[in-house]
Amino acid sequence: MTLTLYLPRDTAALALGAEAVALRIEQEASRRGIGLNLVRTGSRGMVWLEPLLEVSREGVRTGFGPLEEDDVGLLFENDFTDHPKALGAIGDIPFFARQTRLTFARCGVIDPLDLDAYRAHGGLSGLARAQAMTPMEIVEEIIQSGLRGRGGAGFPAGIKWRTTLETNAPSKVIVANADEGDSGTFADRMLMEGDPFALLEGMTIAGRAVGADRGFIYLRSEYTNANRILKDAINVFSDHVLTDIGFSIELRLGAGAYVCGEETALLNSLEGKRGTVRPKPPLPAIAGFLGRPTVVNNVLTLAAVPHILADGAPGYAAHGTVRSRGTVAVQIGGNVRYGGLFETGFGISLGELVTDIGGGTATGRPIKAVQLGGPLGAYFPPALFDTRLDYEECTAAGGLLGHAGIVVHDDSADMARLARFAMEFCAVESCGTCTPCRIGAVRGIETIDRMIAGDPQAAPLLADLCEVMREGSLCALGGFAPYPVESALKHFPADFNGHRTAAE
Amino acid sequence: MTDPVPRARQIAEAHRHLDGPVLPVLHAVQAEFGHIPAETLPEIAHVLDLSRAELHGVVTFYPDFRTAPAGRYLLRVCRGEACQAMGGAELGEALRRALSVDWHETTADGVVTLEPVYCLGLCSCAPAATINGVPRGRAGAEALLAELEK
Repeated sequence: MTLTLYLPRDTAALALGAEAVALRIEQEASRRGIGLNLVRTGSRGMVWLEPLLEVSREGVRTGFGPLEEDDVGLLFENDFTDHPKALGAIGDIPFFARQTRLTFARCGVIDPLDLDAYRAHGGLSGLARAQAMTPMEIVEEIIQSGLRGRGGAGFPAGIKWRTTLETNAPSKVIVANADEGDSGTFADRMLMEGDPFALLEGMTIAGRAVGADRGFIYLRSEYTNANRILKDAINVFSDHVLTDIGFSIELRLGAGAYVCGEETALLNSLEGKRGTVRPKPPLPAIAGFLGRPTVVNNVLTLAAVPHILADGAPGYAAHGTVRSRGTVAVQIGGNVRYGGLFETGFGISLGELVTDIGGGTATGRPIKAVQLGGPLGAYFPPALFDTRLDYEECTAAGGLLGHAGIVVHDDSADMARLARFAMEFCAVESCGTCTPCRIGAVRGIETIDRMIAGDPQAAPLLADLCEVMREGSLCALGGFAPYPVESALKHFPADFNGHRTAAE
Repeated sequence: MTDPVPRARQIAEAHRHLDGPVLPVLHAVQAEFGHIPAETLPEIAHVLDLSRAELHGVVTFYPDFRTAPAGRYLLRVCRGEACQAMGGAELGEALRRALSVDWHETTADGVVTLEPVYCLGLCSCAPAATINGVPRGRAGAEALLAELEK
């Protein structure tokens, strides 16, 4: 009898010692003469429980974690029942039970490279349905689902697709934007490592919808594990699914430039140029990669597509709020007790996510602020924790939802230092094309330093500078860098009072 | 060791058929030599039909491409906000002090290169670092330094 165990090889699990646990499991099994089938899955997203080992008991997956290698012997001793690290059924863990897993339904469940398992868990049925539809019918279905761009801009995906569909060209392109550079976000990485076929299926459906013959995944080079898994996944998918579909998928690596997450900089990079931002128009949907009509969508936008096609638009649109339909993959990180990925319908409040689901800070101290939407997102103090995750509501609260990453800071955080860092980050990562971002970010650092040093003339100057950057920058890097700065200043003015010493 | 120039030519020629071959070529050259040797640039530019200035612009734009080899260990430490919330700035500070280097520098003995990285996607187990690509979550300076000494 073979023993089947499930252990993630998601980067977070690896970073917390999954390989050492895997090695010990193999040694124990071999020592005891037990046939072992160790399935390496993606992660369930409960990062505080990683490495999280699972075993199937009468069809129910039960878990053990966070495991260390020395826990493994007793697991075998007790035949994977009683154990100090036993968690019971995974589906009953509150963090997991409260989610609505649509895009991440298979993540952490199956071997990401096992196409049969993918199919057995509902994979490829969306593509099968799409193949029986006309391109316009597919586009209509996506419009009806209410799916909006998950990269942060929130533009309706179906409208973008329709623009490309209606543009005549001999060759069109689908680009998956996998340049997930925002601090506090890791949902794209988890999806690509845990269920890459969902992305590939979504790209293929998008290709059929707009008449594209080529797909590219532009992956940030920092994601080496996702790179390995995607390479293998593309090979399997190309050999078994794309054989008689006129669509090919290529993987391309970025080279460490944050700004390449901006779609026009990404296209320049893909073409082999410096990753500088292009003015719009022309829209990439009309003239993108090498001048061809190009749909650039975030990984999660594309990965949501197979489910929408398989289950129909009304089912997806039933989740969420009036204008933010479907589910959002919230990433809870930073100084938080229960951090990880939480997929749920739009409309959940910030407070519920960080205090209730996230369990407050890891240090046990009070929360001072959370940053929502990456390094260019605003800081929210606890007073604004009733803000619901919804594109319009986050904007109305003075921030942005972005890629739905939440970074928690406890009361030891120095908001002036974090504001300064936002400008420093913008200065480091600016592509240099437009002046407000290139010069503004550097002046921003200096002006914040002057404020911290107690210069009373610095504050109005900073406000003016932020306005210039916001209104005058070519893209969101310079345009949104004022968000963290101004929100920190607005909600925590005392931190800028000059009592503290400048960072670094 | 292989002569970089003819090898870079081979690599460039092997990728020439791609749409947008420049980054794949540079990644491949760096994978082979640990950096982009300066003498390979005219050759790559020639094969890909670029001016040397254009190629220089690309190489210097992207932080990944190095013009000199890194140390035996490439230690990358995340400076993102999620890691800062868990002591990432102090971790970076401690490593710079212990190794007597600043960001982007290599230790005097040539063993360790310290680089900042802006997010490794390990924001729920911060602070994060990688040693030669191997990820480490909830990373402490002592544990990282101990690994380097092994």
